[in-house]
Amino acid sequence: MKKLIQKIKGLKKTTKVDFATYLGVILAFVIVNLLRTGGLLNRSLTGMLVPICAYIVMAVSLNLTVGILGELSLGHAGFMSVGAFSGVIAAQSLQGSIPSAPARLVIAILVGAVFAAAAGFIVGVPVLRLRGDYLAIVTLAFGEIIKELINCLLVGYDSRGLHMAFNISGSLTINDLGLEPGGMAIIKGAQGATGTTAISTFTAGFVLIMITLVIVLNLVRSRAGRAIMALRDNRIAAESVGVNVTKYKLMAFVTSASLAGAAGALYGLNYSNLAASKFSFDTSILVLVYVVLGGLGNMWGSIIAAAVLYILPEALREFADYRMLVYAVVLILVMLATNNDQLKALAGRILPKRKGAADNG
Amino acid sequence: MEFLSYLISGISLGSVYAIIALGYTMVYGIAKMLNFAHGDVIMVGGYVSFCAVSYLGLPGWLSVVLAMAVCTALGVVIEGLAYKPLRQATSLAVLITAIGVSYFLQNAAQLIWGASPKGYTPLIPTTNAQGEPNTLRLFGGQLSISYISLFTMGACIVIMVLLTLFTNRTKLGKAMRACSEDKGAAQLMGINVNATISLTFAIGSALAAVAGGLLCSFTTSLMPTTGSMPGIKAFTAAVFGGIGSIPGAFLGGILLGVIESLAKAYISTQLANAILFAVLIIVLLVKPSGLLGKYVPEKV
Amino acid sequence: MAEKKVFEKGKMVPVPSVSIIPERDLGKTPILECSHLGIDFGGLTAVNEFNITVGRTEIAGLIGPNGAGKTTVFNLLTKVYQPTRGTILLDGIDTHGKNPAQINRMGIARTFQNIRLFNNLSVEDNVKIGLHNQEKYSMVSGILRLPKYWRQEKAAHQRALELLSIFDMQHMANYQAGSLPYGAQRRLEIVRALATNPSLLLLDEPAAGMNPSETAELMENIVKIRDTFQIAIMLIEHDMSLVMGICEGICVLNFGQIIAKGTAEEIQSNPTVIEAYLGKQQ
Repeated sequence: MKKLIQKIKGLKKTTKVDFATYLGVILAFVIVNLLRTGGLLNRSLTGMLVPICAYIVMAVSLNLTVGILGELSLGHAGFMSVGAFSGVIAAQSLQGSIPSAPARLVIAILVGAVFAAAAGFIVGVPVLRLRGDYLAIVTLAFGEIIKELINCLLVGYDSRGLHMAFNISGSLTINDLGLEPGGMAIIKGAQGATGTTAISTFTAGFVLIMITLVIVLNLVRSRAGRAIMALRDNRIAAESVGVNVTKYKLMAFVTSASLAGAAGALYGLNYSNLAASKFSFDTSILVLVYVVLGGLGNMWGSIIAAAVLYILPEALREFADYRMLVYAVVLILVMLATNNDQLKALAGRILPKRKGAADNG
Repeated sequence: MEFLSYLISGISLGSVYAIIALGYTMVYGIAKMLNFAHGDVIMVGGYVSFCAVSYLGLPGWLSVVLAMAVCTALGVVIEGLAYKPLRQATSLAVLITAIGVSYFLQNAAQLIWGASPKGYTPLIPTTNAQGEPNTLRLFGGQLSISYISLFTMGACIVIMVLLTLFTNRTKLGKAMRACSEDKGAAQLMGINVNATISLTFAIGSALAAVAGGLLCSFTTSLMPTTGSMPGIKAFTAAVFGGIGSIPGAFLGGILLGVIESLAKAYISTQLANAILFAVLIIVLLVKPSGLLGKYVPEKV
Repeated sequence: MAEKKVFEKGKMVPVPSVSIIPERDLGKTPILECSHLGIDFGGLTAVNEFNITVGRTEIAGLIGPNGAGKTTVFNLLTKVYQPTRGTILLDGIDTHGKNPAQINRMGIARTFQNIRLFNNLSVEDNVKIGLHNQEKYSMVSGILRLPKYWRQEKAAHQRALELLSIFDMQHMANYQAGSLPYGAQRRLEIVRALATNPSLLLLDEPAAGMNPSETAELMENIVKIRDTFQIAIMLIEHDMSLVMGICEGICVLNFGQIIAKGTAEEIQSNPTVIEAYLGKQQ
């Protein structure tokens, strides 16, 4: 026992933080499950468990782009959308051949991740050449483009396989796919996915969070992660020590997109109806708020911020109509409190000061 | 002739975007922040004008003047309360605060005016007293341009010219440009940086109010979220033309309106925004600082 | 060397390239050969006809008044700027069309005049990023923490500490780079550059902001680095005691043009150089 304690004490600070993060997530999962079996969670909270998991994965993955790579992305919901709809298509069309729901869910999440990664690659190659606010506006633009494209998408499935049509003129309907009588409509244009069999579970959400954490945290502590952070801190210096700028920017961006896609698939398969408009600019912004409030590069911060801020509007229910107003005021006040020098100095005097130690990612 | 009428409606829509983008670009130029609440100031302007007309019975032009006064005050208050304490903070922190302000304005508007759309009486009625459409007919009636379109285009050009004169010829305008180059140096030259930034927000918000009146005259309806999409598009327009540049915002706004109108007419109504954003991306890839923006390479 | 006129009624007369390679490096391929190197920014010619040869273990100095184009030369060598004309041979290989990262992998490492560290990372991580191209494990082995990851990370950790010990900085390994004092930041930049295993090290004003005793220590360390690693070092410096003390060949730049080359004694007595620094004698 003593040896173990000594070993833990000897670990690097970052390693300790990582372990605490994993441990915290596991504990939270166990506690929530206990509360649920004890009947202590109300219906609305139980219904929020899967979306919370999805948004936690979204926040952690966006933190990889914004906090670790240091590029502002305003189109993260676009990748979530790609993952959600490709995941729904996969899960729905495999219904006949793979009866096991968990297996279908795993495949759907993988499909979502792969498609979102592909989208991330297509977006990333041109976009990552831009800098700062220009990059932000282009990611925003891509998010909107993805949303509108999916709004035009018609997908159905029958015994002959998948049928797809692209409703550019706005005059096509799901009937134009020419599905067989027993066929099933999966995505109906602006209506989105309808009649989806909801197969997402809280356990799946928990596993996805753990996998996301392993990928992101281990990436950050590896050679590749250091190269990515070097690009964030000083691109010119990173180049001067031989870091391939395009490769590592893309690596971070595509990883982030594919995790968002996985989160999207989890989210999409939690509802029987899902419209593309759900993944708008507002959703991207919402996730960005989680990341910034949780702390840039700080993964456990993102997790807590996502969970708390997702529940907050619900908790503010007693304010009824005023709840979103209160939410906005809270958001502004938190930003002012955490970023104003005078207030920070005040906090610095109260809280013990951390000295010199490197604290990142 | 059909093409010409689409082009003209595009230019008039673009003029509205340009007016919003001018405000956006000025604020960005000086405060170096993406003011996501700018779109919502448009919405507030629209509502103030709506109330002035419906409840106070004021004429349209006076309602816009009133909206300008209210929005100017609103802009200065927002800047003072939410952005000023964050002058030294990271741009991301300011961005999130701007998003908070945007949420606040939208939800406040929803509480005050309700979520359902309000009918807005266009500043220049669509029909005249005789019930004929209020349009200018050209080419023997083949091409008709509504007076509100003409008025919008005129207003946009006047605003652009006045802003250019203001920033280039007046002392305050020079102070503004100095602040956008280097706040520290401007301060050392005796310029009151905070007052200059407040002034910029005041001008930007007043422009947003004008844009609110014009925009609602086209859409004839008003909701708490009315300002969001035009706000994003105007932001796109500002980036398109080269953010920080006044002629750039004008050009970007007009081009955006034209692209949107033509895409709707000839390609797809559903994909109009997607096409618009795709054009933006292509332009930025060819010219990374927008059409008229200056590219400043990082000094090593 | 006889005195040379550089400006003749506004026309530039190129100075012939004079080899100042130390004797021990003669007969081997020089590490760096620049010929007719130049760059224009718009209409302005920032560097022109820059010809220089640096021996494999030479310590070379690049001096000149402010704005002479010294840092621009470094930026050309490391391809932060693409040259408008001329060739750069590194160990006999043309570096044409390479980007800065590729140049580093070919063997040039540098420091910056305005320090460019990875401020939010630890000192050790800064050095490890220098070791980036010597670690070989992939992204997947990093995420899955395969044995390869542990082995190479351990080796990198040891190597980083070893390199830091050149400047006695091992105890600072866990400090945040941005929080280091100025002098330590400059030294860390050198360590990071060395970590990339260069054959030519470019130091841009390594002694800037240092006091005389720190400068003296730095001089010793530069020579020590050259001796241990057997590499060439080229430095830009305004501190003449450092330049004259350790540089074997010195090149003087003014208005983007080489106005003199030679050993310390030759440079000190060169009237063109004196004129460039002090102005024309009345």
